[in-house]
Order: sequence, then C-alpha cells, then structure tokens
Amino acid sequence: MLKRVHFPASILPYLLVAPQVIITLVFFIWPASQALWQSMLVQDAFGLSTQFVWFENFQALLADPLYLASFKRTAFFSVAVALLSMSYALVLAGFADRVVRGAMTYRTLLIWPYAVAPVLAGALWVFMFNPTLGILSYGLELVGYDWNHKVNGGQAMALVIMAAAWKQVAYNFLFYLAAMQSIPRSVVEAAAIDGAGPMKRFWTIIFPLISPTTFFLLVINAVYAFFDTFGIIHAITQGGPSNATTILVYKVFNDGFVGLDLGSSAAQSVILMVLVIAMTVVQFKFIERKVEY
Amino acid sequence: MATITLNDLRKSYGTTEVLHGVQAEIADGEFVVIVGPSGCGKSTLLRMIAGLEKVSEGEIRIGDRIVNKLEPAQRDIAMVFQNYALYPHMSVRRNMAYGLKIRGLPKAEINRRVEEAADILEIGDYLDRKPRQLSGGQRQRVAMGRAIVRDPQVFLFDEPLSNLDAKLRVQMRLEIRKLQKRLGVTSIYVTHDQVEAMTLGDRLMVLNGGYAEQFGTPIELYERPQTVFVAGFIGSPAMNFLPATMAAGTITLENGTRLPGAAGEGALTLGLRPEHLVNDADGPIRLRVALSEQLGANTLVHGTLEGTDSALVVSLDGVRAVTEGDVLSLSIPQDAMHQFDPATGRRLN
Ligand SMILES: Nc1ncnc2c1ncn2[C@@H]1O[C@H](COP(=O)(O)OP(=O)(O)O)[C@@H](O)[C@H]1O
Ligand SMILES: [Mg+2]
Repeated sequence: MLKRVHFPASILPYLLVAPQVIITLVFFIWPASQALWQSMLVQDAFGLSTQFVWFENFQALLADPLYLASFKRTAFFSVAVALLSMSYALVLAGFADRVVRGAMTYRTLLIWPYAVAPVLAGALWVFMFNPTLGILSYGLELVGYDWNHKVNGGQAMALVIMAAAWKQVAYNFLFYLAAMQSIPRSVVEAAAIDGAGPMKRFWTIIFPLISPTTFFLLVINAVYAFFDTFGIIHAITQGGPSNATTILVYKVFNDGFVGLDLGSSAAQSVILMVLVIAMTVVQFKFIERKVEY
Repeated sequence: MATITLNDLRKSYGTTEVLHGVQAEIADGEFVVIVGPSGCGKSTLLRMIAGLEKVSEGEIRIGDRIVNKLEPAQRDIAMVFQNYALYPHMSVRRNMAYGLKIRGLPKAEINRRVEEAADILEIGDYLDRKPRQLSGGQRQRVAMGRAIVRDPQVFLFDEPLSNLDAKLRVQMRLEIRKLQKRLGVTSIYVTHDQVEAMTLGDRLMVLNGGYAEQFGTPIELYERPQTVFVAGFIGSPAMNFLPATMAAGTITLENGTRLPGAAGEGALTLGLRPEHLVNDADGPIRLRVALSEQLGANTLVHGTLEGTDSALVVSLDGVRAVTEGDVLSLSIPQDAMHQFDPATGRRLN
C-alpha cells in the first residue's frame, strides 16, 4: 500500500498565492479600475465638484483633432522605431553571426544599451544633438545642415525615434542572433554550394527562416514604442516643440498631470490599455500558431 | 566531368593539425569512398574539397583548375549532407530549382531538369510538398535530386545514409551506386561504415587520425591491407591479431605453435581473417572455445589461442555444434597470413 499524504485543509495554499494576487490587485486591477472610473467623470476647474458623465470623455477625445493627430503621430513613431531598430539589429546580427573571432566581445558590447535606463538614454542623445553644445549637431553644421530639434518638429521627431530605436536594438539583436544561430549551418552551406552569394543567402534563406522572430519582434517593438518610451521623450523633448513629439503615452501624462484634465487623461489611458491588450492577444495568437513557412 | 587531385592536403584548427598530408588522384567518373572511424577527419577533408573549409596547406585540383581559393559556388560541385540540409521553407520543386535559378537558367529549362531528376528519383508525386511533410527516405531523395539537377562536375556525399533505417540504407546504397554509374559523375562519398564503403566504392581511402592509411580497390584493401589499422577496419568480423616472432622462415606464436612464414626476422603481428581459418584435424592453430554465435549460414566461434590470453575468432561454414572449453584445431593457407611490424603497424610480407 502506498501511503497517501493528506494535507489538512489549511490556509497554506492561499498564503502561497497571496503575494501574486495582492500584487496584481494593488498594481494592476485597482489602478485600472480607478482609471476606468475616473474616465467617466468630469471635474470642474477647481476640483470642487465631480460629475458622472458616462462616455462623454471618450466622445470628446475622438472628436478632438489634437488627440487624433497624436494617434497618427504615435502610429508613425512606433512604425518608425520598430523598422529602424529591427533593421539595424538585423544587420548587426547578420554580421555577428558570421564573426568567429571575438564573437563574445561584440555580443556583450551590443547588448549593453539594453541595460541603460530610458531617461539616461534620452539624456545621452540630448547631449549629442544639443543645438549649441552637441558633438553631432556640430558635425551636421560643418556639412551645412542646421540642427535644432528644439525648434524643428521634424528633427525632434527624428531624434526621439533614433533614441528609442537605439535603446531597443540590443533586445532585437539578441532575438535575431538566436534565431540565426538556430538555422542549421548546413542549410546555409548548401545555398552557398548552390551558388548563392552572401546577400542572396541572406534574403532567400536566412531572412525567410527567421520570419517568426520578425513577427514576434514587430509586436514587441510596437508595444515598446507605444508604452515604454515615455522616459526618452520626457528627457529629450517633453513632447515639444508644439506637440510634435507628443505621442499617446506622453499626452496621458501631459493632460493629466500638467493640464490637470483627469477625466480625459484617464479616458486616454483606458484606450491605451485596450490597445496593449489587443496587441498582446495578437502576439499570443501568433506564438501559438508559430507561423508556417 | 573531371578528375580530382589532392596534393599533400593539410588542415589545422589553431595549432592542432587534423589532416596530415592527404594525397590522392581520382579519375574522371570514379566513385571514391573515404572511410574511417568517427572524428578521423573525413568531413573536414570533404568540406575542404567543397570549399566550405579553408585549406591550410596543399593543393586541390578539380579538372585542370586549382580550386583552393575558389568559393564553393565556383567549383561546380554538388553536395549531399548528412542531415540533407533542405531549405525548409521551400517546396521540393523550389529546393531543386534554387541552384538553377541562381545560375539564371530559363524557366522552361529549369522545369525540364527538375521533372527529369524527379523522374529518376521517383519523387514526382511530392514536388509541391515542403520538406517537413516528407519521410527521411524521401528527403534523402530530394537532397540527391537537388544535387543532380545541377549537373555538376563532382558529387560530394557526407554520410548521406546514416539517418536512415537499416533496410532503407541498403536500398538507397544500391540506388546511389546505380545512379552514379548512370550519370558517370566523379564522386567522393564519406562514411564510417566499412560495408557501405566496400559495396559503393571503385576505390576506398581509409582515413585514420588524419592520415590516409591506404587508397585502393575494396579487394586490394581486403587482400593486402598495408597497415594493421586497415586490416582491422576492413572486413567483418574483424581480423585476428596474434603476437608472434619470426626466425628463419618460421613464425612462432606465443604458445610455441610454429607456422611457415615469409622471410623476415624478429617480432611481428600476425593477422588472420576469421573466415580464412579452416577446421582441420591436423591444423597447428588451437583455439579454446569461449562461446559460439550461430548465424545459420556460418558459425562464429570466439575464444583464445590455447595457452594464451590472445583473443581468436573463427568463422566456420554452416551450423557447428561447439561447446565452451572445446579445443578446435585450425589451419590457414600461407597466402592468407598477414604479417605486420608491431612497432610501425606496417605490412611486412
Ligand atoms: N571547427 C573545428 N574546430 C576545431 N576542431 C575541429 C573543427 N571541426 C572539426 N574539428 C576536429 O577535427 C577532427 C575531424 O573532424 P571531422 O572531419 O568532423 O571528423 P569525421 O567527419 O571523420 O567524424 C575532429 O577531431 C574534430 O574534433
Ligand atoms: Mg563527419
């Protein structure tokens, strides 16, 4: 006879899951429901009276040209960040995959930017491109290009895109490198024997075979650009000049904490929350399905 | 179609030399098998010929070109890999057409060649499947197909059958042999399986620890192995080796048994193939039986040379009843005795 171990009914299992549940409640469910509640309220200018208005905040937002512009800007920003940082990471990974000597050194160095805090990353780019002191803006001036992202909205956008993309390169690089290294070497060698040069091999063999990673990273990078770039923008442009770099997350902050329009800010964050949930669903669906090639 | 010449070919990884000067002349249309135990450098040698590994020293010629510095693509070779190395994202048809497309052949010509190769290999029914939808044997055929559509000067095979089950392996072995004869393309085939090597090759190169021990026809290797290693590696069951001494035309075994021998003096290693020993009441060699294996067509008797610990195996025709402890008397024709120098391992007679 096997002896069965019976635990007396106790609170132990509840205690064991409690930390997880509490953390989720305190840091996610509670603020999320607060935001949801807040998004249906309107406060007067002095914060003295509050009124429940159902979805009026949302209606106002969707009719607000500033908000819609910010939406478009965010879409552009996140596509640009994802493309820039993924394609740069792809090039780096392509070379790192071929390197034999000193491979570890390259890889370690390439991974470092990921450990840099967003605000510091922002500060770094601000220094380099500072219109009066920055080394790169000085260089641009020498070749006759006038750089001032404090005035020029396009340049400001370019700068935050570069900084945000740079920060994400390391992450993309790691995934791309791992994907490339999981391709059997003999498959690439077979292509070489079949007459394909390095570029041809990359585009006809390696790139299609790492397409699952590309799709995965596309979602990850879009989520990153949407939600994780607040620090960078805050450090570099504070959303300016004249809202040229005010993407959705930054607008939540701006309208809520600077403009003190809590209802609208909460409604914006609810919309962001729905977006991130949608993206996560897409990503999970996609990971389950694995992408066929 | 081309000859291949390897001239004092060497390969080092860092300071470790793994191939120590391989020499070979391979005739046009010949099927050469490189055989040896795992890790002896077979793949390295093949990959150098393919252009996938740099040549450290020496020279490779295909036809009248020195190809040392050429890219794999410029050498006009095709290779079949152990894991087949099919392009997983392409259909069988696109796998086979890939190399032709890169060379810019017209579409009609590509289609014609692919269909023709598919016909030869009987894979016409799955041209539109992806590799993962095929069995091991079918993938193997596709890999062969990809090689033959290119119509190259040289085929290289790196253990192409080792992932197949035993029965399929024998079948594919025959097909590869037939195909190579039909196409007449110079081929180099790497394997660790001596039976595969013996049945496939016009000539065999036995590689051991980066040295080419012997290069010859299967029968030459079997009948006159030039080293102890080749003698032990070729033939199944493996050759017996007995320590002995030689004086005045007589070989004396450890237990005092005397056999007539060829000229020579001093210590030697005597090699006797199990299938050349015959049961003979007057035979001088006495085997103390430890166990026997009945294989039906023949009986393998394992034991020791009587009075010594030296292992001795004999293969007797038909079914024989032998029991442990029996002593068998055996003889062997003098021309089936292989004498080797115990110090260098080289053949003496
Ligand atoms: N890239 C490499 N770096 C260092 N040593 C290697 C490398 N490739 C192979 N070797 C060594 O070279 C020897 C021959 O390898 P290989 O040609 O693959 O043997 P085989 O194909 O006969 O089993 C082995 O001892 C192996 O450890
Ligand atoms: Mg090998």
